[in-house]
Amino acid sequence: MSVEHLAAQAGEHLVVHGLEWTTKDLFTYPNEFIYWSIQIVMYPYMTGLVAGAFVLSSLYHVFGQQDLKTIARFSLVFSLALLPVAMMPLQFHLQQPLRGMNVMFTPHFTSAIAAFGIVFSTYAVIVLSEIWFVYRKFFVDQIQILKDKEGATDRFKYYLYLLLSLGAFDTTDEALAKDKKAVKILAGIGIPVACFLHGYAGFIFGSVKANALWMSPLMPVIFIMSAVVSGIALCMFTYIIIMEFKKWSAIIAKGKGDESVKMIAGAELDVITKTSRYLLGFLIAAISLELLDLIFRGYTAMKSWDILRSVMYGKDFINIFVLQYTLGNLVPFIMLLIPGLTIRRVFFALIFVLFGVFMMRWNVVIGGQAFSLSFAGYMHYHLPIIPHNLETFKEGLFGALTVAATPFILFWLINKVTPSLEYK
Amino acid sequence: MSCSRRDFLKNTFKTSLATALPLSAFKMLSPAEVKAYTGDPATRWVFLVDTQKCVGCGLCVKACKLENEVPYDPPVTRTWVERYVILKNGQTHIETPLGGNALIESPFGGRDGYIDSKIDGKNIPPDQIAKGFFVPKLCNQCDKPACVQVCPVGATYRTLDGVVLVDRKWCIGCGYCIMACPYGMRFFHPVYKVAEKCTFCYHRITKGMKTACVQACPFEARQIGNLKDPNDPVTKIIMNERVSVLKDEYGTKPQVYYIGLDTNVR
Repeated sequence: MSVEHLAAQAGEHLVVHGLEWTTKDLFTYPNEFIYWSIQIVMYPYMTGLVAGAFVLSSLYHVFGQQDLKTIARFSLVFSLALLPVAMMPLQFHLQQPLRGMNVMFTPHFTSAIAAFGIVFSTYAVIVLSEIWFVYRKFFVDQIQILKDKEGATDRFKYYLYLLLSLGAFDTTDEALAKDKKAVKILAGIGIPVACFLHGYAGFIFGSVKANALWMSPLMPVIFIMSAVVSGIALCMFTYIIIMEFKKWSAIIAKGKGDESVKMIAGAELDVITKTSRYLLGFLIAAISLELLDLIFRGYTAMKSWDILRSVMYGKDFINIFVLQYTLGNLVPFIMLLIPGLTIRRVFFALIFVLFGVFMMRWNVVIGGQAFSLSFAGYMHYHLPIIPHNLETFKEGLFGALTVAATPFILFWLINKVTPSLEYK
Repeated sequence: MSCSRRDFLKNTFKTSLATALPLSAFKMLSPAEVKAYTGDPATRWVFLVDTQKCVGCGLCVKACKLENEVPYDPPVTRTWVERYVILKNGQTHIETPLGGNALIESPFGGRDGYIDSKIDGKNIPPDQIAKGFFVPKLCNQCDKPACVQVCPVGATYRTLDGVVLVDRKWCIGCGYCIMACPYGMRFFHPVYKVAEKCTFCYHRITKGMKTACVQACPFEARQIGNLKDPNDPVTKIIMNERVSVLKDEYGTKPQVYYIGLDTNVR
C-alpha cells in the first residue's frame, strides 16, 4: 500500500505517528511503523560522542599520555558541550515531551531507559567537577586580573569567575597538587561511567527481545567501541579545524601588516598521529565485534535469519556493506595506516570515520525496523526533508541538523568562559 | 562565628540523619505498583479464539474501533483479522521473504471484511489454493509482559486480574513498549499521543459485560473467560482441548489461546 493511500485514509487532522515516513511491503502487522526514526539514530550517536570525547581526555589525565596534553583539555570541555545534546534527540522524539521529567520522578527500574536520568546526571556531575578542578587556577587568576577593572563586561566577568571559583582562592603549590590529584581520580571514575553511559545505550537496543536484529549481548560492547571511535574522531576533527583556522587567521592578519600577531603552529601532526593510533585501536575492536555478531547470526541461522539476511544482503546492502563497512571503516583504516601521515589525509579519514559510525547507528536503528515482526514483510524509512508540521520537523532532516549543530554552538559559548585551546 | 571542620561535619551528619529518618517512614512506590492494585485477584481474564469459526467479516474490528474510540480511518487498530491463503504448488504470486507458499494480508486490520476473492489485489485461481483461513489477533495480556518491563516511567502496568493497561496521564510517549511487544499490538493513539493497546475492554468486563469484539462476533469465534474459574466454559476448553498460543518462544506467556492455528500463522 502506498503512503499516499494510507495518508488519505488517515484523514487530515489525525497524525498517526510513523505513517508519514513509512512505506510497507508485503505483509506487516497493521500497527507496525518506523516508530523510532532519525532522532533515535542521533541519540546513540551523540551519547557516543560524549563518551568518546571524555575517554580521550582521560587518556591524558589518568594514564599520563603526555602527547595528548593539548587535545585532552579541549576534548574535556567539548564533552561538556556535547553533554546536553545527548538529551535533545530524546526530547525531540517523545510524543509527550513535557512529561520527559517523569523518568526522574518515577523511574521504573526494570526498564533500560529508566536509569538514564541517573546515569546521565552522575556523568554530568563528574564532567563538571573535573572541569572545575582543571580550571580552578585559571578562575583565580582571572579574578586577580579583573579585580580592579571597570566596565560592565569586566565586572560581569569578574563576578562570574568569582561565582565559578566557589570561594576557593588558594593557589599554593600544595593546593594545586590536590587539584591535580582530584582531576586524576575524577577522570579515573569517569572512564567506566562514560563507558557505562554508552554501553547502556547499547543495552536499550540489545535487550529488546522482540527485535531480531537488536537482540544481542554484544550490542552494548559494540556501542562502546564505536562510541569511543566516533568521540575521538570528532575531537580530532574539531581540533584540526580550530587550530588551522587560528593559524590561517594569524597568517592573514600578518599579511595585512599587523606585526603584533604571533604565528601559531596550527594543528600539531605529532598530537594527531598519536591520537589516531588510539582511534585505530578502538576501530579494530569495533569492527571485530560487529563482524563476530554478523558471522554468528549467519552461522546459527535462527528463525529470523531468513529475513535478516534479505535485509542485510538485499535491501540495506549499500547502507551496511558499502557505506558503513567500506567507506566508513575500511577506507579510513587504510588511510590512517599508510605511512607519511599528513593533517589533510587524517582530516578526510576522520570525516569517513564519523560518517561510518553514523551509518552504523542508522543501520541498527532503522535497519532493525526494516522488517516486520511477522518476518513476512518489510518497512522502508523515508526521512522527512521539508517539514510541513512540527512532527516532520522534529523527526526530520532539520531536527537532526539542529541536534548536530548544537554542540558546536555550546562549545563556542563554554569556551568563552573556560578557554580550552589558548590557555596553557 | 567560628565553625571548625569537625563541628561542620558533625552537624551535617546530624541534619541529614534527622531529615532522612522521617522520610524513611514512607515507601517509594512506582505508579505501576500503585495502579496494579486495581483488579480482582480471584480473576484471570483469558481469551479464546477459534480460527475454524472465523469468516473474516471484520465486525469485531469495527466494534472495537467504535467502542474504544480508536479513530476509524487511520490504519491503526487494537484488534485485527489476518487472511492467510496457502497455495498448493508452492509457487507464490507474491514473493514472500520466506519464499514460501503463503499469502497473508490484513488491509486496515480487516475492518471492512474480506468480501473480495482477490488477495492483496491479485486474482488467484481457486484450484491453486490449498487452504485459506482467518486469524483474529488482539493483545495477549501476557503473564510476563515485555511492554510493562520496558516502560521507563511505569505508565503501563498489569492489573491483578491479568490485563495490561496504559496510564494516559503518565505515558511519556517514548515508544519503547511498542518496540518491545513481539506481537505488534501497540501503537500511538492519534488523538491522545500516548501508547495505546487492546485492554480486553476492561471497562466492560469488570462490569460483567463481554468485550465489544466478543459481542460483535456472529459466530462465537471470540470468547472471553476467567481462567481461575474451573466452571467457566472458556476455561474448560483451554484445559480439556488442544489449544496453542502465538510466539511462545519470546517467553512472555501469552494468554490468548487459539484453536486450529496453522504453522503459517505468524
